[in-house]
Amino acid sequence: MSLVKLTGVHKHFGTNHVLKGVDLAVEQGDVVALIGRSGSGKSTLLRTINGLERIDEGELLVDGAALHAGQGDLRALRQKVGMIFQQFNLFPHLTVGENVMLAPTVVKRRSKAETEALAREMLDKVGLADKFASYPEQLSGGQQQRVAIARALAMQPRVLLCDEITSALDPELVSEVLAVVRQLAREGMTLIMVTHEMRFAREVGNKLIFMHHGRIHESGDPREVFADPRTPELANFIGAVQAH
Amino acid sequence: MAYRFDFAAVFQHSDLLLAGAGFTLALTAVGAAAGIALGILGAVSRAWRLPLLNGLFGVYVEVIRNTPFLVQLFFIFFGLPALGVKMTEWQAAVLAMVINLGAYSTEIIRAGIQATPRGQLEAAESLALTRLQAFRHVVLRPALARIWPALNSQVIIVMLGSAVCSQIATEELTFAANFIQSRNFRAFETYLVTTAMYLFMALLIRQVLAWVGRRFVIGRTR
Repeated sequence: MSLVKLTGVHKHFGTNHVLKGVDLAVEQGDVVALIGRSGSGKSTLLRTINGLERIDEGELLVDGAALHAGQGDLRALRQKVGMIFQQFNLFPHLTVGENVMLAPTVVKRRSKAETEALAREMLDKVGLADKFASYPEQLSGGQQQRVAIARALAMQPRVLLCDEITSALDPELVSEVLAVVRQLAREGMTLIMVTHEMRFAREVGNKLIFMHHGRIHESGDPREVFADPRTPELANFIGAVQAH
Repeated sequence: MAYRFDFAAVFQHSDLLLAGAGFTLALTAVGAAAGIALGILGAVSRAWRLPLLNGLFGVYVEVIRNTPFLVQLFFIFFGLPALGVKMTEWQAAVLAMVINLGAYSTEIIRAGIQATPRGQLEAAESLALTRLQAFRHVVLRPALARIWPALNSQVIIVMLGSAVCSQIATEELTFAANFIQSRNFRAFETYLVTTAMYLFMALLIRQVLAWVGRRFVIGRTR
């Protein structure tokens, strides 16, 4: 059974029909790259998977738990799905350690000793064990994003969603974040990422999804799809990105 | 004939002045603590549009912010006994200050809550926090930090406004000053000393609140 499965998912923002019937299956251990022009619906698609956007029609299944259109309890779903944002969204009034410990403490009600050990382990994983007592504003963008990854991992999610997580970073900081993501992929974490890093998508991803006008326009193995796009829209998009 | 200043005539009543100042500070401390707590409840009700509470707080804020404090105080102390609600002058003074500050701080704190960046809420949601958990752990402290200077000013305004409570014979600083002046007829000296004492208390409160802010709200030691 697929870890994440979307069936006939529709989403409207007012009169704007953003997702027009998306079917998608993600298996355990998949690394999925979502690409497409801005406004194609790729971020919206990602955000439906942890309920940040409610779906208007269709069905979403994560790890066997179903979420139908307009349905209520998202918290069970969200404990299985981690999310990392373009703007990091660390909590500025909490230290790095407190950022990572917050959700396991208040949501899972783990003891302080247990969450602290967990937080230190996760920060060590992203190479920031020594920043436990620092505040987010004392860190570089790349370090902040790695803390955000540790924070998401501390909830031990089944799948991690990455929404353009290197787009707000200075170029020299991108690689340290990608290295962490690459390591997670190697360890078998299921990843779904909206990205503009085409080389990274080709190198790390095993599934490429090209969104166009609210639909999955083309998908497949990244190496094959990049080498030989079947639709003119994808060929155009790849050309535009590479010319850049 | 030149006026001869006689501050000794004031200072012989310094025990009254100090007791009055102490009461003013106590009124302010209780009024501020309860008023801000009420303001947080009001701000959440308004910001989240909680059914019933949103409407109630909306009316409350408009009524209090658009009527004189003195009239509010008189209504509580002289008006409410008609409904069988009798209070001592102290109870009435505290209640009036809490109600007054509660209304202003509702609006101030609401502004702080509504300035929370969307991404903060989305991050909290993604981590499976409930709305209440997100409010308590993610929204509240940065919201208070954002509006702390405005809230401090409002507390000082309320402290200065407590002078009005002398009108229902609450024995705070202005009441003491009026009493002394009526005994020694040294209005200039009495009110000059009183002015200095209010000024000192306002500066003191500002310092204390700034410390509280650094220590517990903004929470950054750099």
